[in-house]
Amino acid sequence: MEPITLLTVVVLAIFVGFEVVSKVTSKLHTPLMSGANAIHGIILVGAIIVAGQAGDPWLLAIALLAVVLATANLVGGFVVTDRMLEMFGGRKPARPPAGDAAKGEQP
Amino acid sequence: MNLLAPELTGLLYLAAAVCFILALKGLSSPKTARRGNAIGAAGAAVAVLTVFLSVRLENVVLIVAAIVAGCAAAVPVARRVQMTQMPQLVALFNGVGGGAASLVAILELSHNADPWVRLAVVFTMLVGAVSFAGSAVTVAKLQELISTRPLLFPGMPLAMAAVVLGAVTSGAVIILTGSVGWALALLVMGLAAGLLLVLPVGGADVPIVISLLNAFTGLAVAASGVVLGNVLLLVAGTLVGASGTILTKVMASAMGRGVAGIMFGAFRGGSTAG
Repeated sequence: MEPITLLTVVVLAIFVGFEVVSKVTSKLHTPLMSGANAIHGIILVGAIIVAGQAGDPWLLAIALLAVVLATANLVGGFVVTDRMLEMFGGRKPARPPAGDAAKGEQP
Repeated sequence: MNLLAPELTGLLYLAAAVCFILALKGLSSPKTARRGNAIGAAGAAVAVLTVFLSVRLENVVLIVAAIVAGCAAAVPVARRVQMTQMPQLVALFNGVGGGAASLVAILELSHNADPWVRLAVVFTMLVGAVSFAGSAVTVAKLQELISTRPLLFPGMPLAMAAVVLGAVTSGAVIILTGSVGWALALLVMGLAAGLLLVLPVGGADVPIVISLLNAFTGLAVAASGVVLGNVLLLVAGTLVGASGTILTKVMASAMGRGVAGIMFGAFRGGSTAG
């Protein structure tokens, strides 16, 4: 990447990052933090690339460990955020609390 | 199998980055929060599929197995966790993300001779390790595995100064020589710095520290984007670093606290009374 392109991308991303969260309501602080936490789990893409290029078994083992950790961050992060929002009543009509696993079976 | 054209890869990564922006935007308002989170997850899925289709990868079966293992470890816990234990789970996920970034950077060290890229490697490893160790301490505090009171020992500021000096030294040697041995030393310094930063934080301030470490991991991921030459990692990491910083400030001021006062408690006897 050209240094100046890199700088441009970074500066613009910083401003976007500041702007999108600046009006967050205090009730949503924790879910927003959790969602942002899930997003940096995208390091999984980097872990997959290094694992896919590792020749030495030891390096491969370390890279696969990184894949496991990054997946936990990414997938776990989005799942826990969704659960948090479900509990906070992210939807207006409260869903019946019973039936954790039931998805849209109710008429 | 033919690989995707670089242009198409770039477009798919751009779509994923836009999804992440919409996710953060959606999560800022109660009406759109759940949809925002789903859009973020969809963006992540697009990005992961794209990397499989655009880079020539060895060991694909093992990589898929590792992803399945990561899901198997994280999803059941994330689905069943109690409301009261959610902060420590978020901290745990944040910590492992920082750890993953550190490992990715150290593995890339031998492929890069450019001093600027090595600087990005150093930054990723150090900040990722700080986030990993710091998050581990926050989890231990919230689970009450260790005291929630600020933990201090005499000479803590001195220890911190020694760690910072050690980190700067090993970082400089890595940039000059690319030595993997010194990279391990840097990892140890990062872990020590994470412990020393978070141990003096009192229980009431822990959520703010989790948010700050979340922003740290974002920055580490952004730097790993420089290491790997991957724009998506750069953009997503920077977004999280920036929004996480703002969120930390907002959270701290909502509690009537200053971020600097919380973080540098070691130098003036702990952040809160406990």
